[in-house]
Amino acid sequence: MSCACACASGPSTENSQEVPARGCCQDEIKPSATKSGCCQDNSDGKFDSKGIYELIRNIMDPEHPLTLEALNVVNEADVKVYNEREVMVLFTPTIPHCSMATMIGLAIRVRLLRTLPPTFKVTVRISPGTHVSEHPINKQLADKERVAAAMENRNLLAVIEQCLTFEEDSDVHYDKPASCGNPDGISATTSNSVS
Amino acid sequence: MGRLEGSHILHGHKGRVWNVAWHPEGHLLASCGEDKTIRIWGRDGQKWVCKTCLSDGHSRTIRSVSWSVCGKFLASASFDGTTSVWTYTKGDYDCIMSLEGHENEVKSSAWSHSGQYFATCGRDKTVWVWEVAEDNEYECAAVLFNHAQDVKKVAWQPGRDILASCSYDDSIKMFREDGTEWVQCANLTSHTSTVWSIAFNGSGDRMASSSDDLTVKIWQEYPPGNAQGIETPDNIPAWKCVCTLSGYHPRTVYDISWCPLSGRIATACGDDKIRVFQESPESDHDAPTFELDGAVDGHTQDVNAVAWNPKEVGLLASASDDGTVRLWCAK
Repeated sequence: MSCACACASGPSTENSQEVPARGCCQDEIKPSATKSGCCQDNSDGKFDSKGIYELIRNIMDPEHPLTLEALNVVNEADVKVYNEREVMVLFTPTIPHCSMATMIGLAIRVRLLRTLPPTFKVTVRISPGTHVSEHPINKQLADKERVAAAMENRNLLAVIEQCLTFEEDSDVHYDKPASCGNPDGISATTSNSVS
Repeated sequence: MGRLEGSHILHGHKGRVWNVAWHPEGHLLASCGEDKTIRIWGRDGQKWVCKTCLSDGHSRTIRSVSWSVCGKFLASASFDGTTSVWTYTKGDYDCIMSLEGHENEVKSSAWSHSGQYFATCGRDKTVWVWEVAEDNEYECAAVLFNHAQDVKKVAWQPGRDILASCSYDDSIKMFREDGTEWVQCANLTSHTSTVWSIAFNGSGDRMASSSDDLTVKIWQEYPPGNAQGIETPDNIPAWKCVCTLSGYHPRTVYDISWCPLSGRIATACGDDKIRVFQESPESDHDAPTFELDGAVDGHTQDVNAVAWNPKEVGLLASASDDGTVRLWCAK
Protein backbone atom coordinates (compact mmCIF):
# COMPACT_ATOMS: atom_id res chain seq x y z
CA MET A 1 0.00 0.00 0.00
CA SER A 2 2.16 2.86 -1.17
CA CYS A 3 1.63 6.35 0.05
CA ALA A 4 0.25 8.57 -2.70
CA CYS A 5 1.88 11.70 -1.42
CA ALA A 6 5.11 13.14 -2.77
CA CYS A 7 7.56 11.61 -0.35
CA ALA A 8 7.21 8.13 -1.79
CA SER A 9 7.14 8.95 -5.46
CA GLY A 10 9.89 9.34 -7.99
CA PRO A 11 12.92 7.20 -8.74
CA SER A 12 15.45 9.30 -6.86
CA THR A 13 17.02 8.01 -3.71
CA GLU A 14 17.59 9.99 -0.59
CA ASN A 15 20.59 10.13 1.63
CA SER A 16 18.58 10.58 4.76
CA GLN A 17 20.52 11.05 7.95
CA GLU A 18 17.63 10.19 10.18
CA VAL A 19 14.79 7.80 10.20
CA PRO A 20 11.71 9.93 9.53
CA ALA A 21 9.17 10.29 12.27
CA ARG A 22 6.29 7.88 12.25
CA GLY A 23 3.93 8.57 9.38
CA CYS A 24 4.57 8.49 5.68
CA CYS A 25 5.63 12.11 5.31
CA GLN A 26 8.92 13.46 6.47
CA ASP A 27 7.14 16.46 7.93
CA GLU A 28 5.33 16.11 11.18
CA ILE A 29 1.75 15.14 10.56
CA LYS A 30 -0.60 17.87 11.71
CA PRO A 31 -3.97 16.83 13.11
CA SER A 32 -5.65 19.18 10.71
CA ALA A 33 -4.40 17.32 7.63
CA THR A 34 -7.43 16.82 5.52
CA LYS A 35 -6.03 14.87 2.61
CA SER A 36 -8.12 11.76 2.42
CA GLY A 37 -6.64 8.31 2.38
CA CYS A 38 -2.98 8.33 3.25
CA CYS A 39 -1.16 10.65 5.60
CA GLN A 40 -4.22 10.91 7.70
CA ASP A 41 -3.74 10.14 11.30
CA ASN A 42 -6.57 9.38 13.61
CA SER A 43 -6.36 12.27 15.98
CA ASP A 44 -9.67 13.71 14.82
CA GLY A 45 -11.24 10.49 15.97
CA LYS A 46 -12.75 9.71 12.60
CA PHE A 47 -11.56 6.17 12.80
CA ASP A 48 -12.98 5.14 16.10
CA SER A 49 -15.09 2.01 16.38
CA LYS A 50 -18.21 3.88 15.36
CA GLY A 51 -16.48 5.40 12.32
CA ILE A 52 -15.09 2.06 11.24
CA TYR A 53 -18.42 0.32 11.76
CA GLU A 54 -19.93 2.88 9.38
CA LEU A 55 -17.48 1.65 6.75
CA ILE A 56 -18.53 -1.97 6.99
CA ARG A 57 -22.16 -2.09 7.99
CA ASN A 58 -23.45 -1.67 4.43
CA ILE A 59 -21.32 -4.40 2.89
CA MET A 60 -23.69 -6.74 1.11
CA ASP A 61 -23.87 -10.41 1.88
CA PRO A 62 -22.54 -12.43 -1.10
CA GLU A 63 -25.68 -14.53 -1.32
CA HIS A 64 -28.60 -12.52 -0.05
CA PRO A 65 -29.68 -8.98 -0.95
CA LEU A 66 -29.14 -7.74 2.57
CA THR A 67 -26.39 -5.84 4.33
CA LEU A 68 -24.15 -7.46 6.90
CA GLU A 69 -25.77 -5.19 9.47
CA ALA A 70 -29.27 -6.29 8.55
CA LEU A 71 -28.17 -9.91 8.87
CA ASN A 72 -26.47 -9.18 12.20
CA VAL A 73 -23.20 -10.45 10.76
CA VAL A 74 -21.50 -7.30 11.99
CA ASN A 75 -22.39 -5.02 14.84
CA GLU A 76 -20.76 -1.97 16.34
CA ALA A 77 -19.86 -3.66 19.60
CA ASP A 78 -17.63 -6.10 17.73
CA VAL A 79 -15.45 -3.37 16.24
CA LYS A 80 -12.61 -2.46 18.57
CA VAL A 81 -9.98 0.18 17.95
CA TYR A 82 -6.68 0.14 19.85
CA ASN A 83 -3.97 2.78 20.03
CA GLU A 84 -5.76 4.81 17.32
CA ARG A 85 -4.25 2.68 14.58
CA GLU A 86 -5.25 -0.91 15.18
CA VAL A 87 -8.68 -2.36 14.61
CA MET A 88 -10.14 -5.76 15.34
CA VAL A 89 -13.43 -6.65 13.66
CA LEU A 90 -15.32 -9.75 14.72
CA PHE A 91 -18.04 -10.97 12.42
CA THR A 92 -20.71 -13.58 13.03
CA PRO A 93 -21.69 -15.83 10.12
CA THR A 94 -25.44 -16.42 9.96
CA ILE A 95 -25.05 -20.16 10.52
CA PRO A 96 -22.12 -22.22 11.87
CA HIS A 97 -21.57 -23.94 8.50
CA CYS A 98 -21.90 -20.82 6.40
CA SER A 99 -19.90 -21.45 3.24
CA MET A 100 -19.49 -17.74 2.56
CA ALA A 101 -17.69 -16.95 5.79
CA THR A 102 -14.26 -16.53 4.19
CA MET A 103 -15.75 -14.37 1.44
CA ILE A 104 -17.44 -12.12 3.97
CA GLY A 105 -14.26 -11.78 6.01
CA LEU A 106 -12.38 -10.91 2.86
CA ALA A 107 -14.94 -8.28 1.86
CA ILE A 108 -14.58 -6.64 5.26
CA ARG A 109 -10.79 -6.68 4.97
CA VAL A 110 -10.82 -5.19 1.49
CA ARG A 111 -13.27 -2.46 2.44
CA LEU A 112 -11.06 -1.44 5.36
CA LEU A 113 -7.88 -1.77 3.28
CA ARG A 114 -9.32 0.72 0.81
CA THR A 115 -10.72 3.22 3.28
CA LEU A 116 -8.45 3.30 6.30
CA PRO A 117 -5.03 5.00 6.33
CA PRO A 118 -2.35 2.53 5.22
CA THR A 119 -0.72 2.72 8.62
CA PHE A 120 -3.75 1.07 10.24
CA LYS A 121 -3.37 -2.53 11.35
CA VAL A 122 -6.50 -4.50 10.53
CA THR A 123 -7.50 -7.86 11.96
CA VAL A 124 -10.74 -9.54 10.88
CA ARG A 125 -11.88 -12.63 12.70
CA ILE A 126 -14.93 -14.79 13.17
CA SER A 127 -16.69 -14.17 16.44
CA PRO A 128 -15.47 -17.01 18.68
CA GLY A 129 -17.65 -20.08 18.70
CA THR A 130 -19.85 -19.06 15.77
CA HIS A 131 -18.42 -21.15 12.96
CA VAL A 132 -17.19 -24.72 12.59
CA SER A 133 -14.07 -23.69 10.64
CA GLU A 134 -13.30 -20.65 12.73
CA HIS A 135 -9.58 -21.29 13.15
CA PRO A 136 -8.65 -22.11 9.54
CA ILE A 137 -10.68 -19.19 8.23
CA ASN A 138 -9.16 -16.78 10.75
CA LYS A 139 -5.73 -17.99 9.74
CA GLN A 140 -6.40 -17.35 6.06
CA LEU A 141 -7.80 -13.90 6.72
CA ALA A 142 -4.76 -13.06 8.86
CA ASP A 143 -2.26 -14.08 6.16
CA LYS A 144 -1.73 -10.91 4.16
CA GLU A 145 0.23 -12.72 1.47
CA ARG A 146 -2.68 -15.08 0.85
CA VAL A 147 -5.13 -12.20 0.88
CA ALA A 148 -2.99 -10.25 -1.60
CA ALA A 149 -2.68 -13.19 -3.96
CA ALA A 150 -6.42 -13.90 -3.71
CA MET A 151 -7.25 -10.31 -4.58
CA GLU A 152 -5.37 -10.77 -7.86
CA ASN A 153 -7.97 -13.35 -8.84
CA ARG A 154 -10.47 -11.66 -11.15
CA ASN A 155 -13.43 -13.87 -10.37
CA LEU A 156 -12.99 -13.53 -6.66
CA LEU A 157 -12.46 -9.81 -6.99
CA ALA A 158 -15.74 -9.50 -8.92
CA VAL A 159 -17.67 -11.16 -6.10
CA ILE A 160 -15.99 -8.95 -3.51
CA GLU A 161 -16.76 -5.83 -5.56
CA GLN A 162 -20.38 -6.81 -5.66
CA CYS A 163 -20.43 -7.16 -1.87
CA LEU A 164 -18.89 -3.73 -1.59
CA THR A 165 -21.50 -2.08 -3.79
CA PHE A 166 -24.27 -0.80 -1.62
CA GLU A 167 -27.39 0.54 -3.28
CA GLU A 168 -29.76 2.79 -1.37
CA ASP A 169 -32.72 1.34 -3.21
CA SER A 170 -34.16 -1.31 -0.91
CA ASP A 171 -35.49 -3.21 -3.88
CA VAL A 172 -31.97 -3.92 -5.00
CA HIS A 173 -31.64 -6.35 -7.88
CA TYR A 174 -28.86 -8.67 -7.01
CA ASP A 175 -27.06 -11.16 -9.21
CA LYS A 176 -26.17 -14.38 -7.55
CA PRO A 177 -22.37 -14.48 -7.53
CA ALA A 178 -20.94 -16.49 -10.40
CA SER A 179 -19.36 -19.65 -9.14
CA CYS A 180 -15.74 -18.96 -8.59
CA GLY A 181 -14.93 -22.54 -7.64
CA ASN A 182 -11.80 -22.62 -5.57
CA PRO A 183 -10.50 -19.07 -5.86
CA ASP A 184 -6.78 -18.50 -5.66
CA GLY A 185 -5.51 -18.26 -2.17
CA ILE A 186 -8.80 -18.13 -0.39
CA SER A 187 -11.58 -20.61 -0.83
CA ALA A 188 -15.20 -19.55 -0.74
CA THR A 189 -16.12 -22.81 0.87
CA THR A 190 -14.87 -24.33 4.04
CA SER A 191 -13.60 -27.43 2.28
CA ASN A 192 -10.20 -25.84 1.80
CA SER A 193 -9.59 -25.96 5.50
CA VAL A 194 -6.23 -25.85 7.16
CA SER A 195 -5.67 -29.30 8.57
CA MET B 1 22.76 -1.90 23.90
CA GLY B 2 23.47 -1.26 20.27
CA ARG B 3 21.80 1.19 17.95
CA LEU B 4 20.20 0.92 14.55
CA GLU B 5 20.70 4.06 12.50
CA GLY B 6 18.92 4.71 9.27
CA SER B 7 21.31 5.61 6.49
CA HIS B 8 19.30 5.60 3.27
CA ILE B 9 15.70 5.40 2.10
CA LEU B 10 15.35 4.03 -1.42
CA HIS B 11 12.26 5.11 -3.31
CA GLY B 12 11.15 3.71 -6.61
CA HIS B 13 8.88 0.76 -6.08
CA LYS B 14 5.16 1.39 -6.31
CA GLY B 15 3.20 -0.52 -3.74
CA ARG B 16 4.57 -2.98 -1.23
CA VAL B 17 8.11 -4.24 -1.44
CA TRP B 18 8.20 -7.89 -0.45
CA ASN B 19 11.86 -8.85 -0.40
CA VAL B 20 15.50 -7.73 -0.54
CA ALA B 21 18.63 -9.74 -1.26
CA TRP B 22 22.30 -8.76 -1.27
CA HIS B 23 24.67 -9.85 -4.00
CA PRO B 24 27.28 -12.18 -2.42
CA GLU B 25 29.97 -9.51 -2.97
CA GLY B 26 27.82 -7.04 -1.05
CA HIS B 27 27.92 -4.22 -3.59
CA LEU B 28 24.45 -4.68 -5.06
CA LEU B 29 21.01 -5.05 -3.50
CA ALA B 30 18.03 -6.55 -5.32
CA SER B 31 14.45 -5.79 -4.31
CA CYS B 32 11.07 -6.87 -5.64
CA GLY B 33 7.40 -6.31 -5.00
CA GLU B 34 3.80 -5.81 -5.86
CA ASP B 35 4.64 -3.58 -8.84
CA LYS B 36 6.00 -6.64 -10.69
CA THR B 37 9.50 -5.19 -10.92
CA ILE B 38 12.94 -6.09 -9.67
CA ARG B 39 15.20 -3.19 -8.79
CA ILE B 40 18.94 -3.48 -8.45
CA TRP B 41 20.52 -0.84 -6.24
CA GLY B 42 24.17 0.06 -6.00
CA ARG B 43 26.45 2.71 -4.55
CA ASP B 44 27.07 5.95 -6.36
CA GLY B 45 29.46 7.90 -4.20
CA GLN B 46 27.68 8.46 -0.90
CA LYS B 47 24.29 7.61 -2.31
CA TRP B 48 22.54 4.42 -3.29
CA VAL B 49 20.89 4.57 -6.68
CA CYS B 50 18.69 2.28 -8.70
CA LYS B 51 21.02 0.83 -11.34
CA THR B 52 18.47 -1.32 -13.08
CA CYS B 53 14.72 -1.84 -13.09
CA LEU B 54 13.57 -5.15 -14.57
CA SER B 55 9.90 -4.84 -15.41
CA ASP B 56 9.20 -7.44 -18.05
CA GLY B 57 9.93 -10.58 -16.14
CA HIS B 58 6.61 -11.36 -14.53
CA SER B 59 2.94 -10.74 -14.96
CA ARG B 60 2.10 -10.63 -11.26
CA THR B 61 3.64 -9.67 -7.92
CA ILE B 62 7.26 -10.74 -7.52
CA ARG B 63 7.51 -12.25 -4.07
CA SER B 64 11.21 -12.85 -3.61
CA VAL B 65 14.65 -12.50 -5.18
CA SER B 66 17.84 -14.42 -4.49
CA TRP B 67 21.39 -14.45 -5.86
CA SER B 68 23.43 -17.51 -6.67
CA VAL B 69 26.47 -18.04 -4.43
CA CYS B 70 28.80 -17.27 -7.34
CA GLY B 71 26.95 -14.00 -7.87
CA LYS B 72 26.39 -14.54 -11.57
CA PHE B 73 22.68 -15.27 -11.38
CA LEU B 74 19.61 -13.68 -9.87
CA ALA B 75 16.34 -15.55 -9.42
CA SER B 76 12.90 -14.02 -9.01
CA ALA B 77 9.89 -15.96 -7.73
CA SER B 78 6.45 -14.70 -8.64
CA PHE B 79 2.73 -15.05 -7.93
CA ASP B 80 2.42 -15.74 -11.67
CA GLY B 81 3.67 -19.27 -10.92
CA THR B 82 7.06 -18.91 -12.59
CA THR B 83 10.61 -18.41 -11.37
CA SER B 84 12.92 -16.43 -13.63
CA VAL B 85 16.68 -16.67 -13.72
CA TRP B 86 18.59 -13.56 -14.77
CA THR B 87 22.19 -13.02 -15.64
CA TYR B 88 24.21 -9.87 -16.19
CA THR B 89 25.95 -9.64 -19.54
CA LYS B 90 27.15 -6.67 -21.57
CA GLY B 91 25.71 -4.06 -19.29
CA ASP B 92 22.26 -5.48 -18.87
CA TYR B 93 20.30 -8.22 -17.19
CA ASP B 94 18.87 -10.95 -19.37
CA CYS B 95 16.27 -13.46 -18.40
CA ILE B 96 17.90 -16.74 -19.41
CA MET B 97 15.32 -19.09 -17.96
CA SER B 98 11.74 -19.19 -16.84
CA LEU B 99 11.01 -22.20 -14.66
CA GLU B 100 7.47 -23.45 -14.68
CA GLY B 101 5.81 -26.22 -12.80
CA HIS B 102 4.22 -24.75 -9.72
CA GLU B 103 0.45 -24.71 -9.92
CA ASN B 104 0.09 -21.30 -8.42
CA GLU B 105 2.08 -18.60 -6.59
CA VAL B 106 5.80 -19.25 -6.11
CA LYS B 107 6.92 -17.78 -2.80
CA SER B 108 10.67 -18.33 -2.57
CA SER B 109 13.72 -19.66 -4.38
CA ALA B 110 17.31 -20.34 -3.36
CA TRP B 111 20.55 -21.72 -4.74
CA SER B 112 22.57 -24.26 -2.81
CA HIS B 113 26.02 -23.17 -1.72
CA SER B 114 27.62 -25.70 -4.04
CA GLY B 115 25.82 -24.09 -6.96
CA GLN B 116 24.64 -27.51 -8.03
CA TYR B 117 21.03 -27.23 -6.88
CA PHE B 118 18.25 -24.69 -6.96
CA ALA B 119 14.99 -24.88 -5.00
CA THR B 120 11.58 -23.22 -5.27
CA CYS B 121 8.41 -23.45 -3.17
CA GLY B 122 4.88 -22.15 -3.28
CA ARG B 123 1.24 -22.13 -2.33
CA ASP B 124 0.68 -25.46 -4.07
CA LYS B 125 2.40 -26.94 -0.96
CA THR B 126 5.33 -28.27 -2.94
CA VAL B 127 9.07 -27.77 -2.81
CA TRP B 128 10.87 -28.28 -6.12
CA VAL B 129 14.54 -29.17 -6.32
CA TRP B 130 16.27 -28.40 -9.61
CA GLU B 131 19.66 -29.58 -10.77
CA VAL B 132 21.75 -26.92 -12.44
CA ALA B 133 23.72 -28.38 -15.34
CA GLU B 134 26.87 -26.88 -16.77
CA ASP B 135 25.19 -25.22 -19.71
CA ASN B 136 22.73 -23.48 -17.39
CA GLU B 137 20.06 -26.05 -18.02
CA TYR B 138 17.74 -26.61 -15.09
CA GLU B 139 16.36 -30.08 -14.65
CA CYS B 140 13.73 -30.93 -12.13
CA ALA B 141 15.31 -33.38 -9.68
CA ALA B 142 12.38 -33.70 -7.27
CA VAL B 143 8.94 -32.40 -6.41
CA LEU B 144 8.38 -32.78 -2.69
CA PHE B 145 4.87 -32.99 -1.32
CA ASN B 146 5.75 -33.25 2.36
CA HIS B 147 4.18 -30.00 3.54
CA ALA B 148 0.46 -29.93 4.25
CA GLN B 149 0.09 -26.27 3.35
CA ASP B 150 1.52 -23.25 1.51
CA VAL B 151 5.35 -23.27 1.68
CA LYS B 152 6.69 -19.81 2.46
CA LYS B 153 10.45 -20.06 2.16
CA VAL B 154 13.34 -22.30 1.18
CA ALA B 155 16.96 -22.00 2.33
CA TRP B 156 20.03 -24.17 1.85
CA GLN B 157 22.31 -25.11 4.71
CA PRO B 158 25.75 -23.52 4.25
CA GLY B 159 28.42 -26.07 3.43
CA ARG B 160 26.02 -28.88 2.64
CA ASP B 161 23.42 -29.59 0.01
CA ILE B 162 20.67 -29.84 2.60
CA LEU B 163 17.48 -27.92 1.98
CA ALA B 164 15.19 -26.42 4.60
CA SER B 165 11.65 -25.18 4.00
CA CYS B 166 9.06 -23.54 6.23
CA SER B 167 5.32 -23.41 5.88
CA TYR B 168 1.80 -22.26 6.71
CA ASP B 169 1.48 -25.75 8.22
CA ASP B 170 3.58 -24.47 11.16
CA SER B 171 6.50 -26.79 10.46
CA ILE B 172 10.05 -26.57 9.14
CA LYS B 173 11.24 -29.52 7.12
CA MET B 174 14.65 -30.51 5.80
CA PHE B 175 15.53 -32.56 2.78
CA ARG B 176 18.63 -34.28 1.48
CA GLU B 177 19.58 -36.37 -1.49
CA ASP B 178 19.55 -40.07 -0.79
CA GLY B 179 20.81 -41.91 -3.84
CA THR B 180 18.76 -40.51 -6.70
CA GLU B 181 15.87 -39.33 -4.57
CA TRP B 182 15.33 -36.39 -2.31
CA VAL B 183 13.92 -37.38 1.05
CA GLN B 184 12.80 -35.59 4.17
CA CYS B 185 15.47 -35.80 6.88
CA ALA B 186 14.00 -33.55 9.56
CA ASN B 187 10.62 -32.28 10.67
CA LEU B 188 10.81 -29.41 13.13
CA THR B 189 7.53 -28.75 14.86
CA SER B 190 7.45 -26.24 17.65
CA HIS B 191 5.89 -23.13 16.23
CA THR B 192 2.14 -22.79 16.77
CA SER B 193 1.40 -20.85 13.63
CA THR B 194 2.78 -20.19 10.13
CA VAL B 195 6.56 -20.13 9.92
CA TRP B 196 7.31 -17.24 7.57
CA SER B 197 11.07 -17.43 7.35
CA ILE B 198 14.21 -19.35 8.25
CA ALA B 199 17.85 -18.33 8.23
CA PHE B 200 21.01 -20.32 8.86
CA ASN B 201 23.98 -18.85 10.67
CA GLY B 202 27.28 -18.48 8.84
CA SER B 203 28.60 -21.95 9.65
CA GLY B 204 25.26 -23.67 9.15
CA ASP B 205 25.09 -25.46 12.49
CA ARG B 206 22.28 -23.22 13.71
CA MET B 207 19.08 -21.93 12.17
CA ALA B 208 16.66 -19.22 13.22
CA SER B 209 12.96 -19.26 12.37
CA SER B 210 10.34 -16.52 12.58
CA SER B 211 6.62 -17.07 12.85
CA ASP B 212 3.08 -15.74 12.97
CA ASP B 213 3.02 -17.10 16.53
CA LEU B 214 5.04 -13.99 17.44
CA THR B 215 8.19 -15.91 18.36
CA VAL B 216 11.62 -16.49 16.94
CA LYS B 217 13.17 -19.90 17.55
CA ILE B 218 16.80 -20.93 17.41
CA TRP B 219 17.54 -24.47 16.27
CA GLN B 220 20.80 -26.35 16.66
CA GLU B 221 22.24 -29.25 14.70
CA TYR B 222 23.47 -32.31 16.55
CA PRO B 223 25.56 -34.57 14.31
CA PRO B 224 25.78 -38.35 14.82
CA GLY B 225 28.05 -39.19 17.80
CA ASN B 226 27.44 -35.81 19.44
CA ALA B 227 28.75 -35.29 22.95
CA GLN B 228 25.35 -34.29 24.33
CA GLY B 229 23.94 -37.73 23.61
CA ILE B 230 21.17 -36.50 21.33
CA GLU B 231 19.94 -39.42 19.28
CA THR B 232 20.53 -39.32 15.56
CA PRO B 233 18.40 -42.05 13.97
CA ASP B 234 19.71 -43.32 10.62
CA ASN B 235 22.93 -41.46 11.28
CA ILE B 236 21.38 -38.22 10.17
CA PRO B 237 22.00 -35.03 12.15
CA ALA B 238 19.17 -34.12 14.52
CA TRP B 239 17.88 -30.60 15.06
CA LYS B 240 16.62 -29.32 18.41
CA CYS B 241 14.98 -26.06 19.37
CA VAL B 242 17.43 -24.57 21.87
CA CYS B 243 15.95 -21.13 22.37
CA THR B 244 12.61 -19.34 21.92
CA LEU B 245 12.43 -15.56 21.88
CA SER B 246 8.95 -14.56 22.93
CA GLY B 247 7.48 -11.32 24.17
CA TYR B 248 9.56 -9.21 21.78
CA HIS B 249 7.30 -9.12 18.74
CA PRO B 250 3.66 -8.02 19.13
CA ARG B 251 2.82 -8.95 15.55
CA THR B 252 3.81 -11.50 12.91
CA VAL B 253 7.56 -11.79 12.31
CA TYR B 254 7.77 -11.88 8.52
CA ASP B 255 11.49 -12.33 8.03
CA ILE B 256 14.72 -13.09 9.80
CA SER B 257 18.37 -12.76 8.79
CA TRP B 258 21.50 -14.11 10.51
CA CYS B 259 24.68 -12.15 9.85
CA PRO B 260 27.57 -14.45 8.87
CA LEU B 261 30.08 -11.82 10.04
CA SER B 262 28.84 -10.68 13.45
CA GLY B 263 26.42 -13.45 14.39
CA ARG B 264 23.65 -10.92 15.00
CA ILE B 265 20.06 -11.75 14.11
CA ALA B 266 17.70 -9.18 12.58
CA THR B 267 13.90 -9.52 12.40
CA ALA B 268 11.21 -7.89 10.27
CA CYS B 269 7.90 -7.44 12.09
CA GLY B 270 4.33 -6.45 11.35
CA ASP B 271 4.58 -3.70 13.92
CA ASP B 272 6.81 -1.73 11.52
CA LYS B 273 9.92 -2.36 13.61
CA ILE B 274 13.28 -3.92 12.88
CA ARG B 275 14.98 -5.65 15.81
CA VAL B 276 18.50 -6.92 16.26
CA PHE B 277 19.40 -9.73 18.67
CA GLN B 278 22.78 -10.86 19.87
CA GLU B 279 23.79 -14.00 21.72
CA SER B 280 24.58 -13.21 25.36
CA PRO B 281 28.24 -13.39 26.32
CA GLU B 282 27.65 -16.03 29.01
CA SER B 283 25.37 -18.08 26.76
CA ASP B 284 25.40 -21.86 27.13
CA HIS B 285 25.99 -23.61 23.81
CA ASP B 286 23.10 -26.03 24.29
CA ALA B 287 20.70 -23.55 25.90
CA PRO B 288 21.73 -20.23 24.39
CA THR B 289 20.26 -16.92 25.39
CA PHE B 290 19.83 -14.00 23.06
CA GLU B 291 19.44 -10.36 24.00
CA LEU B 292 17.68 -7.58 22.21
CA ASP B 293 20.50 -5.44 20.92
CA GLY B 294 18.43 -2.68 19.32
CA ALA B 295 15.05 -1.89 17.80
CA VAL B 296 13.92 0.86 15.50
CA ASP B 297 10.64 2.11 14.06
CA GLY B 298 12.00 1.05 10.72
CA HIS B 299 9.15 1.82 8.40
CA THR B 300 5.69 3.35 8.40
CA GLN B 301 4.06 -0.01 7.67
CA ASP B 302 4.83 -3.72 8.04
CA VAL B 303 8.44 -4.72 7.48
CA ASN B 304 8.43 -7.69 5.09
CA ALA B 305 12.12 -8.47 4.78
CA VAL B 306 15.54 -7.87 6.35
CA ALA B 307 18.94 -8.88 5.04
CA TRP B 308 22.46 -8.43 6.42
CA ASN B 309 25.15 -7.44 3.95
CA PRO B 310 27.50 -10.43 3.61
CA LYS B 311 30.66 -8.30 3.38
CA GLU B 312 30.06 -5.12 5.33
CA VAL B 313 29.54 -5.59 9.06
CA GLY B 314 26.45 -3.88 10.40
CA LEU B 315 24.93 -2.96 7.04
CA LEU B 316 21.30 -4.10 6.97
CA ALA B 317 18.64 -3.72 4.30
CA SER B 318 14.87 -3.85 4.83
CA ALA B 319 11.72 -3.81 2.69
CA SER B 320 8.20 -2.78 3.62
CA ASP B 321 4.54 -2.41 2.71
CA ASP B 322 5.27 1.34 2.71
CA GLY B 323 6.92 0.96 -0.69
CA THR B 324 10.46 1.72 0.43
CA VAL B 325 13.70 -0.18 0.80
CA ARG B 326 15.83 1.13 3.66
CA LEU B 327 19.44 0.73 4.65
CA TRP B 328 20.61 0.67 8.25
CA CYS B 329 23.82 0.72 10.15
CA ALA B 330 23.78 -1.50 13.23
CA LYS B 331 26.36 -0.24 15.68
